[in-house]
Amino acid sequence: MHIVICIKQVPDSAQIRVHPVTNTIMRQGVPTIINPYDLFALEEALRLRDAYGGEVTVLSMGPPMAEDSLRKALGYGADRAVLLTDRYFAGSDTLATSFALSQAIAKIGETFGAPDIVFTGKQTIDGDTAQVGPGIAKRLGLLQLTYVAKIASIDLAAREIKVERRCEGGTQMLKSRLPCLITMLEGTNEIRRGSLEDALCAARSRVLKWSAADAGIEDLTRCGLRGSPTVVKRVFAPAARAEKAVQLDTAEKTLRDIADHTIAAIFTRQPALEQELASNSGA
Amino acid sequence: MSTVNRETPRPTAGRAGIKKELPDHFKDYRHIWVFIELERGQVHPVSFELLGEGRKLADKLEVQLAGVVLGPPGEAIGDAIAEAFAYGADLVYIVEAPLFADYRNEPFTKAMTDLVATHKPEILLLGATTLGRDLAGSVATTLQTGLTADCTELDVDADGSLAATRPTFGGSLLCTIYTLNYRPQMATVRPRVMPMPQRADKPVGRVIQHKVSITEDEIVTKVLSFLPDSQSAMANLAYADVVVAGGLGLGAAENLQLVKNLARAIGAEHGCSRPLVQKGWVSPDRQIGQTGKTIRPKLYIAAGISGAIQHRVGVEGADLIVAINTDPNAPIFDFAHLGIVTDAIRFLPALTEAFTRRLSPHSRDKLAS
Repeated sequence: MHIVICIKQVPDSAQIRVHPVTNTIMRQGVPTIINPYDLFALEEALRLRDAYGGEVTVLSMGPPMAEDSLRKALGYGADRAVLLTDRYFAGSDTLATSFALSQAIAKIGETFGAPDIVFTGKQTIDGDTAQVGPGIAKRLGLLQLTYVAKIASIDLAAREIKVERRCEGGTQMLKSRLPCLITMLEGTNEIRRGSLEDALCAARSRVLKWSAADAGIEDLTRCGLRGSPTVVKRVFAPAARAEKAVQLDTAEKTLRDIADHTIAAIFTRQPALEQELASNSGA
Repeated sequence: MSTVNRETPRPTAGRAGIKKELPDHFKDYRHIWVFIELERGQVHPVSFELLGEGRKLADKLEVQLAGVVLGPPGEAIGDAIAEAFAYGADLVYIVEAPLFADYRNEPFTKAMTDLVATHKPEILLLGATTLGRDLAGSVATTLQTGLTADCTELDVDADGSLAATRPTFGGSLLCTIYTLNYRPQMATVRPRVMPMPQRADKPVGRVIQHKVSITEDEIVTKVLSFLPDSQSAMANLAYADVVVAGGLGLGAAENLQLVKNLARAIGAEHGCSRPLVQKGWVSPDRQIGQTGKTIRPKLYIAAGISGAIQHRVGVEGADLIVAINTDPNAPIFDFAHLGIVTDAIRFLPALTEAFTRRLSPHSRDKLAS
């Protein structure tokens, strides 16, 4: 089977700093990583390939430096990497991004065989929208299976797939058909350590770099800023709260005293809570 | 059913940010819609929170607020309609068919896009639940319009455009996003981000039935079964009145028990900050913050949580935030109401014991006498 997995290179958000005056993200020196949610999708793709045979193609859209992430994915054992990179993609929102990626996936299909499954992560840690996966599915006419916790079975001959999908208040067991798009839930597997062989292979492999034209995109007005219906009008830092926490005196007091003071302070501020907590704890 | 995958003319201007030039064919898009998320007989409370926001926007724009309910025939859809009016809708659109009993992307996307194409709302709001996010992405792509996810503030500006504000880069920054030249303007909001509006008993108003010609045979994806979360695993964290959470200051996975003990003593739900999920100590369902759950409890006790911006975003709506941390300069003290500078590992058992003492019937009798 042929599996395409979309990844995004993102700044490591734990180390993001905002410039205090200009309110812009200070990217300088911030390390970039593969979006952590994508690793669950990548591992799932690799496992399916190992079980059913076939190939895994990793696809990313981004600046030339996003090649690093694709090389890392090759190191985990992916068979092929495509970087979609072109200045026409700059400023893409989720609609424009899903357009470009879906065109690239169609081109990958023409070139290397139509994918049976397209994977994405649940969402990215920088944009957090969870919209690009569904966008790709809709554009390519793939059945859409989001928040998948487990792929229960695949019947390649019957083109049938069964998955467990996380939803509000429970889990749906779904039966659907290939080809489909799956967004993989976090915590569902653990990314492998790439083998030495994969590492050597990654070092030798070439990451294919595709421009918009290479991906077969003719209508450039659907890309980048021009193809994005949403417009960011204002960026600003969250307002700080005026007053800080009232700190309870903890000097020379026993833990028991501090605890009693804490509770007294809570019930002074929220008198109705005492009755409520008492009836909760009485259960 | 009409195919809605039409091509919309695009503005020739390169910088979409500069001018609003709404094409003529979008000019008759009016009124505000809220998707009422009805699943397995229950309306998700986020729908009511959205009706509260939608009401404010509709009043500002002097347009109507409509609820949209997709569901199987039966009592539940009737209740959902009544509740939509009780929470402020002026009218309700319904698409009623047995195939809407369980959520699936295909029929819901078809029904929603068909409804939008027929009745043309200018704003469409959905809850950012697993269902809402799955549906919103498909609908926006089909309609080729803008969608802003996880908004924390919705407003309309002077020319009537929706100004949707959302955190970005894990809450480090907020940005205000517009969909100037496309309709409808779509946005999702996470549960508990907006306050629950006041409910008022109101007669059921205008209900518009919409027929969608789609049959079960046409839907590829089938729901084989549904496994509800077990009571113990069901972390209804977002809607809990009292929440206790632990962070890296707990030092070791086994110390989470201290958080759970306190939670049990006061009838609270327990949660954690993001690093504990990343370490694999706690399941993602229990994560509080920008990428986890947003909470609005009456009381929130944060133990050993430093208060990174992405955590703050998820807890700011709490009535009372009590923070326990060894570091007096931890950012959590910038937004907590009460601070206790001490070691959470030692303090939590003392606090649990003190609560138990204070709340026990015996001591309450003493207080009363």
